[in-house]
Amino acid sequence: MALDATTALAGGPMTPAGGGTLRRLARRRSTIAFLMTLPLIAVIAGLVAYPAGYAIYLATLNRRMTGFIGLGNFEILLESETFRMVIWQSCFFAVTAVILKALFGFWLASMLHHIPTKGQRIWRGMLLLPWVVPPALSTLGWWWMFDPSYSSINWVLTAIGGPAIPWLGEPWWARVSVILVNVWAGTPFFMIMYLAALKSVPDQLYEAAAIDGATGWQGLRYVTLPMMRNIISITVLFSLIVTFANYDIVRVLTNGGPRDLTHVFASYAFQVGILSGNIPRGAAVSLFMFPILAGIAFFVLRGVTQRNKEMA
Amino acid sequence: MSASAARPSDVLPGLGRKIGSLRQERRWALITAYISLVVAAIVMLAPPFYMLITSLKTSAEISNPVGTPWIVRDPTLANYTALISDPMFRGFFWNSIIVTVLVVAVTMVISVLAAFALARMKFFGSQVLATGVFLTYLVPDTLLFIPLYQIVGGLDLLNSKWGLVLVYPTLSVPFCTWIMIGYFASIPKELDEAALIDGANWMQMLTKIFIPVALPGIIAATIFAFTVSWAAFVYPTAFITRPDEMPLTIGVVSQLIRGDTFAWGQLMAGALLAAMPPVIVYAFLMDYYIAGLTAGATKG
Amino acid sequence: MAQVNIKKVVKEYEGGVQAVKGIDLDIGDKEFVVLVGPSGCGKSTTLRMIAGLEEITSGAIEIDGNIVNDVPPRDRDIAMVFQNYALYPHMSVYDNMAFGLMLRKFPREEIRRRVENAARILDIGPLLERKPKALSGGQRQRVAMGRAIVRDPKVFLFDEPLSNLDAKLRVQMRTEIKKVHQTVKTTTVYVTHDQVEAMTLADRVVVMNHGIIEQVGPPQVLYHSPATKFVAGFIGSPAMNFIPARLEQASGALNVRLSDGALLPVPADRTARYAGHAGREVLFGIRPEHLTAASQMEARPGLAPLSLTPEVVEPLGAETLFYCWRDGGEICAKIDPGVAAAPGVPLAMTADMNRMHIIDPATDKVL
Repeated sequence: MALDATTALAGGPMTPAGGGTLRRLARRRSTIAFLMTLPLIAVIAGLVAYPAGYAIYLATLNRRMTGFIGLGNFEILLESETFRMVIWQSCFFAVTAVILKALFGFWLASMLHHIPTKGQRIWRGMLLLPWVVPPALSTLGWWWMFDPSYSSINWVLTAIGGPAIPWLGEPWWARVSVILVNVWAGTPFFMIMYLAALKSVPDQLYEAAAIDGATGWQGLRYVTLPMMRNIISITVLFSLIVTFANYDIVRVLTNGGPRDLTHVFASYAFQVGILSGNIPRGAAVSLFMFPILAGIAFFVLRGVTQRNKEMA
Repeated sequence: MSASAARPSDVLPGLGRKIGSLRQERRWALITAYISLVVAAIVMLAPPFYMLITSLKTSAEISNPVGTPWIVRDPTLANYTALISDPMFRGFFWNSIIVTVLVVAVTMVISVLAAFALARMKFFGSQVLATGVFLTYLVPDTLLFIPLYQIVGGLDLLNSKWGLVLVYPTLSVPFCTWIMIGYFASIPKELDEAALIDGANWMQMLTKIFIPVALPGIIAATIFAFTVSWAAFVYPTAFITRPDEMPLTIGVVSQLIRGDTFAWGQLMAGALLAAMPPVIVYAFLMDYYIAGLTAGATKG
Repeated sequence: MAQVNIKKVVKEYEGGVQAVKGIDLDIGDKEFVVLVGPSGCGKSTTLRMIAGLEEITSGAIEIDGNIVNDVPPRDRDIAMVFQNYALYPHMSVYDNMAFGLMLRKFPREEIRRRVENAARILDIGPLLERKPKALSGGQRQRVAMGRAIVRDPKVFLFDEPLSNLDAKLRVQMRTEIKKVHQTVKTTTVYVTHDQVEAMTLADRVVVMNHGIIEQVGPPQVLYHSPATKFVAGFIGSPAMNFIPARLEQASGALNVRLSDGALLPVPADRTARYAGHAGREVLFGIRPEHLTAASQMEARPGLAPLSLTPEVVEPLGAETLFYCWRDGGEICAKIDPGVAAAPGVPLAMTADMNRMHIIDPATDKVL
């Protein structure tokens, strides 16, 4: 730096002593960059981080929000039969729905990948439609299809000689219905992600595998799936979080019923916090999701970064 | 990949196959593919189709089904005209438009500026912030709606669409910023250097080079922001109980279901009308839509 | 029109890696200077420091006598052609060339005049309305040059501009660049890793290695009188052979004794030059083109006979190369295609000792 200062004195046109213009420019660049990200920081801090912290604070208050009761809300919740059912139902719902979406999504993606490229567009266009319609609205359609007296699905079932099903009236069938609608709405997302992943595997790899003697199934097992591992895990992560935290479908389809047996975290938090007006307890219900989601995210992302490092 | 080696014994059965079986195998694969796709398409399209059918029926036809409910015998547009002439429903639409347009505009300004800075100007904490953006995207709205309910209430914005404009960016900004970082980062560095030598300053570089070059990304992010704000359900359900401030999603779900006598035809017509804008956008910009959908994972 | 002076310039990256270790270089007005060297030798970093895209750690760079260390790129009055051309993909060819002028608020008429003039020089007039995507590699290259020409800058900077082109186009564009320089006569600094490009284009070649300048000089000087082993090996293709040897004095004459025993007499006019090194271990350097079949050479002073047994023979048409391995080292020789050479058959060769080089293995300097 000392050397730099002496040369700067040698008669440059625009070099004030102590640090050059370029360096000042770099500093100014940081300032500009900071200003550009300020709105983003405001959104993250004010509308995500602060509410998250505030939720923790809220969850430690009593119902009237006048006194501090520590972990009282969590204790009460864990002791309640209904809430334990909510935990179980949320996990069951999320895991089943995500597994089914992943399987159907993969199946459809590979089928799409098989047919000539020219035709792929139109099929993809049709199959993606459920993802495009706002879920609250398409669930209305399902609700109507599940209607106890006019169910169009039951009409089809009876027509082919099957039994009529009490879709939303009986707890287990209600659970199945919720999963069914979620799988219907979420499969296209998996399909499109997997299709993108399939297309990113170079054909030469399959050709090399075929020449190495791999059958179609082995090509899938040893080439396709390993190459897609990252996209599969990220897609599953996204979907697991969204499904776990799902609200729309339960709210429209069953609203938690029959007998509060189909509630998931989100709908139960809504019921307790907003509808019954027990804000602190509702916040506590929501917060139960956090460690579970954070745990899933941690493991999936750790796996992804590890694999990225290995491949790089 | 460590697992790519096939055992040599697997080669042999392949050699034993009859000549011509390769072609037959391909044909069967194709047939399986088409059968799967047709079945999937029927399942995927059945609910919207049934919604459409129902929306064209009169209440009389709905309540007295003769034969299959999957066809309409006496089509009518009465459900649609009734809705369109209903000022409340038009109000839902109007609220949705205002909220969505504002949210999209705010989102794009915030995320394009931030993504440009994060992708191109290294500064103290930029790495942390980029990671923060991604993690924020993973935080679901149902985790935040109760504290936000309190915060929005504290600002006296409950039962106001402005409250929605305030909170919707939590849904759209993180993901849009994230995919814009990806798009901006994929622009070759030499392009900014060329612009720098050509005499552009940072703002000119953003507006004259980055935004036009990353236009597909901008479109994808805009579509995403639009879709998300249009479909948002948790926040309006929690914050809005007055029909005149409701956007479409909650409006259709809460207001068109009246008592025990459901006006199914009108309800379905309302749901379809409400779903129209995202479907139209999708129909015209499918490629951008899909690019935006997949960008999050593939560019991350 | 300007000169560029580089004075004791050092570039150190975070973590203490020195990419450029204090180089001095004076580039004259209208001169075409090529920086050449293997990847990582600091040539691109040097160019980018002249451009202002990299900060200078210490030392000074002057353009036209003014220190520009702290002047941002846009105020240095330079233009640069990038390896991947860096054309703005969303702009037409015309807009690509006009962009820099537009940002500098040139009047519209002047912009049009300059762009059309550059388009004429580069023969890209019909392409002006196209987008870069619709251009071939060679055309993109021209547009990138056009973008530099319209600016009429003090200095042109080229960063490996031809390395993305196929071999045939590269030769063609090389000539083109030379022609353009002769037309516009702008001081040019050109970076390449290709020594042929360097030799054909440069007024002066700067050979860099490991962040220092090995030698500066006109192409012919570098070829005939390399200063270091690195330059000797880097310039010329196929590369110069280096054979471990010993300088031996015997009855007033000086000989090169190769490690396997062959004895090659040093020409009389060079004896004095090497006398001080008699008895030392040295490296004997000779280019393949100076190692030829005895049958194709007329006898003249300074030729030394040598027997080599080809192991790999490569007929290239105009000439034939063969390789043999002696004492662990590879030797390449270039012979007339008429000479019958077959693997395993010893061939009588001559070494043109007037063109040989003796290198001190301790310092890697050519003696």
